Amino acid sequence: MSRTMTGARMVVEALRDQGVDTVFGYPGGAVLPIYDELFQQNDITHVLVRHEQGAVHMAEGYARSTGKPGVVLVTSGPGATNAVTGLTDALMDSIPIIVLSGQVPTFLIGTDGFQEADTVGITRPCTKHNWLVRDTAKLSETIHKAFHVATSGRPGPVLVDIPKDVQFAEDEYRGLKQIEPARYQPARKGDVTAITQLAELIEKAERPILYTGGGVINSGPGASQLLRELADATNIPVTSTLMGLGAYPASGRNWIGMLGMHGLYEANLAMHDCDLMINIGARFDDRITGRVADFSPGSIKAHIDIDPSSINKVIHVDIAITGDVGHVLEDLLKIWKSRGRKTNSAAIGKWWEKIEGWKSKNCLAYKNSDTIIKPQYALQRLQALTADRDRYVTTEVGQHQMWAAQFLHFNEPNRWMTSGGLGTMGYGLPASVGVQMAHRDSLVINVAGEASWLMNMQEMGTAVQFRLPVKQFILNNERLGMVRQWQQLLHGERYSQSWSDSLPDFVKLAEAFGCKGAQVQDPKDLDDAIRQMIEYDGPFILDVLVEKHENCFPMIPSGKPHNEMLLGDASTEGAIQGAGAALV
Amino acid sequence: MNALNIQQGASSHSAYDLRDPNSQVEERHTLAVLVENEPGVLARVIGLFSGRGYNIDSLTVAEVDHTGHQSRITMVTSGTPAVIEQIKAQLGRIVPVHEVHDLTVEGASVERELGLFKVCGQGDKRVEALRIAEIFRANVVDSTLESFVFELVGTPSKLDAFADLMRPLGLKELARTGVAAIARGV
Ligand SMILES: Cc1ncc(C[n+]2csc(CCOP(=O)(O)OP(=O)(O)O)c2C)c(N)n1
Ligand SMILES: [Mg+2]
Repeated sequence: MSRTMTGARMVVEALRDQGVDTVFGYPGGAVLPIYDELFQQNDITHVLVRHEQGAVHMAEGYARSTGKPGVVLVTSGPGATNAVTGLTDALMDSIPIIVLSGQVPTFLIGTDGFQEADTVGITRPCTKHNWLVRDTAKLSETIHKAFHVATSGRPGPVLVDIPKDVQFAEDEYRGLKQIEPARYQPARKGDVTAITQLAELIEKAERPILYTGGGVINSGPGASQLLRELADATNIPVTSTLMGLGAYPASGRNWIGMLGMHGLYEANLAMHDCDLMINIGARFDDRITGRVADFSPGSIKAHIDIDPSSINKVIHVDIAITGDVGHVLEDLLKIWKSRGRKTNSAAIGKWWEKIEGWKSKNCLAYKNSDTIIKPQYALQRLQALTADRDRYVTTEVGQHQMWAAQFLHFNEPNRWMTSGGLGTMGYGLPASVGVQMAHRDSLVINVAGEASWLMNMQEMGTAVQFRLPVKQFILNNERLGMVRQWQQLLHGERYSQSWSDSLPDFVKLAEAFGCKGAQVQDPKDLDDAIRQMIEYDGPFILDVLVEKHENCFPMIPSGKPHNEMLLGDASTEGAIQGAGAALV
Repeated sequence: MNALNIQQGASSHSAYDLRDPNSQVEERHTLAVLVENEPGVLARVIGLFSGRGYNIDSLTVAEVDHTGHQSRITMVTSGTPAVIEQIKAQLGRIVPVHEVHDLTVEGASVERELGLFKVCGQGDKRVEALRIAEIFRANVVDSTLESFVFELVGTPSKLDAFADLMRPLGLKELARTGVAAIARGV
């Protein structure tokens, strides 16, 4: 059966074939034919955002909380350029996103037409791949290819630029069964020889550690399950990057907490002192390694990653396994079991004693107060009062983000959405909207800093319009807190431009948006305020006035090795100096 | 000390791993990159090099298989062994890149480049230029009473040497194609 239709209808048809239920977007001249098609159907819900950056972060929240790709629709020119930050964010954090952008008609391309921008040129470095479709005959196949590329191998954002005349012209629609198999097929299985070598090393290791990352979550729930099985069967301690929280449960026996610049003392020291480091789906980011020359100097390092370019990029490893985490862990477990399930349990027992010693340092300790809400305390109470719920958390970027990672506990994958690689202020609010679209009945909380929150606050309108009961938990220190902390440590306490001045009244702002808000500043009122926020049947902004000058510890100052970490009670004078001062 | 006794790089199959991964010595490598002949693919490759700060010493590109929509990019790059490996891995993950070959480590290969040299002069210098061109087996492809255009095919270093000799004899303009390279044998 031949199915001739317009390009615009093909777009909707292809989305339907791909199982898309939600599109985040914003209309404009160059996508009007597609919006006309969306108007005439009921399978796909279109979420009208307030700014295209918000649309991409929403799609990211949707994708990370479901494991499905997120879809965005924007117009040409400013619509497309507004999507650039979100695309870069998704590229850094390996999130599958498909952005469909309108373009001026093909005969106007290159003439500086109204709202023309070289969208494929601008987005080439911030997408995994992109396409300009000049011919309606190729449109449906290109969209299917875009989904394939976004979700295969290391996931990432893609963009399909569709000129307006291509949307109007008619041609034959090609469904999933009518297109040629894609040439792009990254290998999923790891090399068995290398996996066997790793199994041998696990049998002998005295101080092993599992260093896990977002790749475990991207590999799907099966991979998280296999990680749990491996850790529990071998008794190897597990740490995770910011991106991987929840893959191994925080309540699990082998969990030793997040590692990295603001990671836990015990996790970082275990990384430094281990004799076998098994990197599973992480990428030796500079927030993790600190000074590369001193990174875990005595260990044999194995690296499992689906992207060959991640292996040996920063840290040279001894065992390289290119493959999908789920497949490799399955093979690893099979081989290790068939060889007799051996570990050096006596040595690992001693290793745990050492780790328990580090744990007793209680590195997250802070001085609480009866009169002022400490941000750490606010998060501890949020954790306590939401622990029994089906809870999703997004964050903005700054101190609050790091405290959230330290003090909230995640027992399942896909429950924690934060901008890790790019560190995008303004990510959390739209991401929470995207998560809530996918999980209408769950509790979705955005842990925010007041400054970050303002960056995309217009999306409260979207939350209200779509009755999405997202909870905005703002830790308001009236400071660009993380910037202030660095200025204190690095720039002689000269606090250049790190105040949040002229802040809005967040309670009135909530009312203005048509939702509800409250402010709390006495620690005694905090629990009630959190309960009110959770129980309110709609979007809610809780403005938590917290200590203004709290610093986030532990901290490995940039350019320092793991074992030179600053703890809360340490002197911070001259903490960052020399070569470290030039780092970010 | 580490109780685990394994050879460095024991699991990798790349020829490169036989060498010291931490070497700081810069090496020159010739890469053959087979790509889907689609718009923007060259921009993608060049963008990778500029975005990540790698060197391009030479780059040539042309379609080599019209029905299969394949183009071949030959590039000469330099960097430490770790950087060269990273360049290959980064090239390999560009979606329309089909194959990446490191001709420098994958066995013997031949490299050729074509250069056009405009040499202006009269009298002895003109005679001398023509004599040297003969030694280099360069062809004269254009000639006026005051100028020659020589065409020379050879390795990049042969073209360098020819240019050096022509400079004092009136080399006015030079156009080079960049290197095309291919593995020897079948
Ligand atoms: C878009 C963007 N601009 C600038 C920065 C640099 N930056 C990192 S954290 C931060 C301050 C964040 O302040 P706030 O949201 O109030 O969080 P706090 O650190 O106070 O918890 C800034 C400016 C960034 N990460 N993103
Ligand atoms: Mg703040």
